[in-house]
Amino acid sequence: MSVESLFPRLEPLLPKVQKPIQYVGGELNSTVKDWDEASVRWALMYPDAYEIGLPNQGVQILYEILNELPDTMAERTYAVWPDLEALMRSEGVPQFTVDAHRPVRAFDVLGVSFSTELGYTNLLTALDLAGIPLDAVDRTDEDPIVLAGGHAAFNPEPIADFLDAAVLGDGEQIAIAISEVIREWKEEGSPGGRDEVLMRLASTGGVYVPKFYDVEYHPDGRIMRVVPNRPGVPSRIFKHTVMDLDEWPYPKKPLVPLAETVHERFSVEIFRGCTRGCRFCQAGMITRPVRERSITTIGDMVENGIRESGFNEVGLLSLSSADHSEIGDVAKGLADRYEGTNTSLSLPSTRVDAFNIDLANEFSRNGRRSGLTFAPEGGSERMRKVINKMVTEEDLIRTVTTAYSQGWRQVKLYFMCGLPTEEDVDVLGIADLAKKVIQAGRDATGSKDVRCTVSIGGFVPKPHTPFQWAAQCDHETVDRRLRELRDALRGDKEYGRAIGYRYHDGKPSIVEGLLSRGDRRVGRVLRAVWEDGGRFDGWSEHFSYERWMRAAEKALAGEPVDVEWYTTREREEHEVLPWDHLDAGLDREWLWQDWQDANSDVEVEDCRWTPCYDCGVCPTMGTEIQIGPTGKKLLPLTVV
Amino acid sequence: MAQRLRVRYAKRGRLRFTSHRDISRAVERAVRRADIPVAYSAGFSPHPKISYAGAAPTGVASEAEYLEIGVTRPCDPHRLRADLDASLPPGLDVLDVVEARDSGLADRLEGSMWELLLPGVDPEVAAKAVEEFVAADRVEVERLTKKGLRRFDAREAVLSLTVQDGPERAAGQEPDRLCVILRMVVRHATPAVRPDDVLTGLRLVAGLAPLSPPEVTRLAQGPLDATTGEPADPFDFDRVGGDR
Repeated sequence: MSVESLFPRLEPLLPKVQKPIQYVGGELNSTVKDWDEASVRWALMYPDAYEIGLPNQGVQILYEILNELPDTMAERTYAVWPDLEALMRSEGVPQFTVDAHRPVRAFDVLGVSFSTELGYTNLLTALDLAGIPLDAVDRTDEDPIVLAGGHAAFNPEPIADFLDAAVLGDGEQIAIAISEVIREWKEEGSPGGRDEVLMRLASTGGVYVPKFYDVEYHPDGRIMRVVPNRPGVPSRIFKHTVMDLDEWPYPKKPLVPLAETVHERFSVEIFRGCTRGCRFCQAGMITRPVRERSITTIGDMVENGIRESGFNEVGLLSLSSADHSEIGDVAKGLADRYEGTNTSLSLPSTRVDAFNIDLANEFSRNGRRSGLTFAPEGGSERMRKVINKMVTEEDLIRTVTTAYSQGWRQVKLYFMCGLPTEEDVDVLGIADLAKKVIQAGRDATGSKDVRCTVSIGGFVPKPHTPFQWAAQCDHETVDRRLRELRDALRGDKEYGRAIGYRYHDGKPSIVEGLLSRGDRRVGRVLRAVWEDGGRFDGWSEHFSYERWMRAAEKALAGEPVDVEWYTTREREEHEVLPWDHLDAGLDREWLWQDWQDANSDVEVEDCRWTPCYDCGVCPTMGTEIQIGPTGKKLLPLTVV
Repeated sequence: MAQRLRVRYAKRGRLRFTSHRDISRAVERAVRRADIPVAYSAGFSPHPKISYAGAAPTGVASEAEYLEIGVTRPCDPHRLRADLDASLPPGLDVLDVVEARDSGLADRLEGSMWELLLPGVDPEVAAKAVEEFVAADRVEVERLTKKGLRRFDAREAVLSLTVQDGPERAAGQEPDRLCVILRMVVRHATPAVRPDDVLTGLRLVAGLAPLSPPEVTRLAQGPLDATTGEPADPFDFDRVGGDR
């Protein structure tokens, strides 16, 4: 049965919407395969606007890997803006893929990548527009398997009712494995319907099927236990880890959009995982261990990516890019190769270290030394010990002195507000730090032409981190501290004009906190918000805190829990957490000990350079640290 | 800069929804992929020397868009045509390339010929509306521009406006649905009179209203020929002395 393109029905709607180009597809390196020749068909969704979703590495990698399989095809779909949503509803046009404009409901799998919980309402819009029942239990064999991945899938409980399945960790191998299971099941004539294929996936232990698990609660609202409700379903689900990044050099054919997107560059992931041990950082905890891509593979990927895309900027991605064991040679090698070609290189996520300035200098050889970014995260020495961000004030001042004296004029500093044990003085310490940074810049340059920008966000405790037990700071306190910091910075005659200040109000963090550590009961809140018009919660112009609180009150009425219970309440050691049956490899006792250490300002070193501190990931997952150096160098490109 | 090359390209099908900025990013990337030795401006943030003349609005297709590329070493226009076309996404198609002989391309684009496909319009009603529009001395229309709501005459710049023979099927329309094709030549003026301004005018003078958004295509752009009343090929001047 072939599927017709929806484009003829979509096209007359496009002149009536903003930025219609985002809905037409046709990106360079995009793939349209024959519908009838594929036996397994994936619709991959990034649940945000096209301009955010298109550059997403995870979706691009899976799109390419699945399309390389001879009997599998993958297309992409993104959240449509409310203007098009309204027209699609009035004209009866369902959720479509941008590649061949096929209806999403016709696919076998709808795979959704959640980088953040704020995409949940957009999932509901897409399901509803696609004509797929919102509740997984209402779906028939005519509906795709709705599968979640991405970092937020490490606690998918708030969306458990809307998902058929979720996977944890690296997607490359598990996507292929899922495709294979579905292909075999379809070849056999789809015996037992969707429950059978879900059962086949669940029984491997690598795919979480929420409806095969029951959650039981204590009368006070805490979870008593989460247990399989049928035989053959494992009690724990494990995460997936790709062990040799050189074997997976994707994207090979980067998607180049016509529409403007947030990242107009070719990005290469230079390593995966991070063991710096920052206690607030969910990414660092759930992606262990560190696995480096070799310098030569990085060089090949950059060369190929620039040729395939025509981008004039290359980003070297990872959670802490300067930590690659051969980053110096990578930086110098690439800077040599692309000198004079108007190709710029960027290194996001760097730490406070003079070595970073050398790297930044390499990357700005021909360009302007405009701004450098560092993330001390905590405003006081004590705070940084609590979060295990091992940076002293001395380190920071020494680093910015080097930066300013080598011609950099602007330093951007990232911080968080609302961290565990935080007091007013810790946040106000940021003002003192910023003033010292400016003074260091003035001393180093002999000029008043130096600037510093303080950028500060609200902290949200995340699952699978030592702070998973912590009380989230209420938004009134966060907002008050941010205001006091603003006044301390702006009111300063000597330094105030040299310091920029960027902050957001604390309310959205409470909603993010509710969704991050929520359980299945939060799904009711989510649904009520969506029914009340909630969309695009990551966008301040669409987000409504009041709508969330209204919905929570209604949806949780009669339950012994409320928003505060999920957010500002500290958990006891043995409370069953909603994600305890989902295994990121981290030893729960180690996490608890690290939480205790945080409370007594005890730091922990990186296991790449010091002995293993038994976080539990490597033995549980059968993985190991993979780092260089390889000793190899990048050779100049041959001139054609 | 060793040479300037003038490029005529088309914006077709679904790529008519590209904006001018979308096209300029796509062209810059295509130039890099095709290894065209484009010249860069000097300064802290060098920009490739590519300039655009008279771009069609977002949502409007075109068979006659123009840009000019400065290169650091001489290039064969035929080869550049093939290389650039191969590097651009299908729907942005390179049609013609010549070496520039002067700096006056933008000035030579005096007028455009447009085709408008109006779904759900009765040909007789359209003919009547066109007649009334053409008979009018002035047709005042309003359009929201970047400077706010502007009011101007949409009639004078329209040199000709006719209903084409034979109703055709518009994309996405039922086969038996009526559809009218208009063709017009419009002189480039300030403020620019765009096809949608003429449509507004047709609605104002005769209540003509297509059922769904019209499909508009620019067919030609160039110096206005006094005898035919249509735009001629703006590259004719560059080709004098023998096409390469």
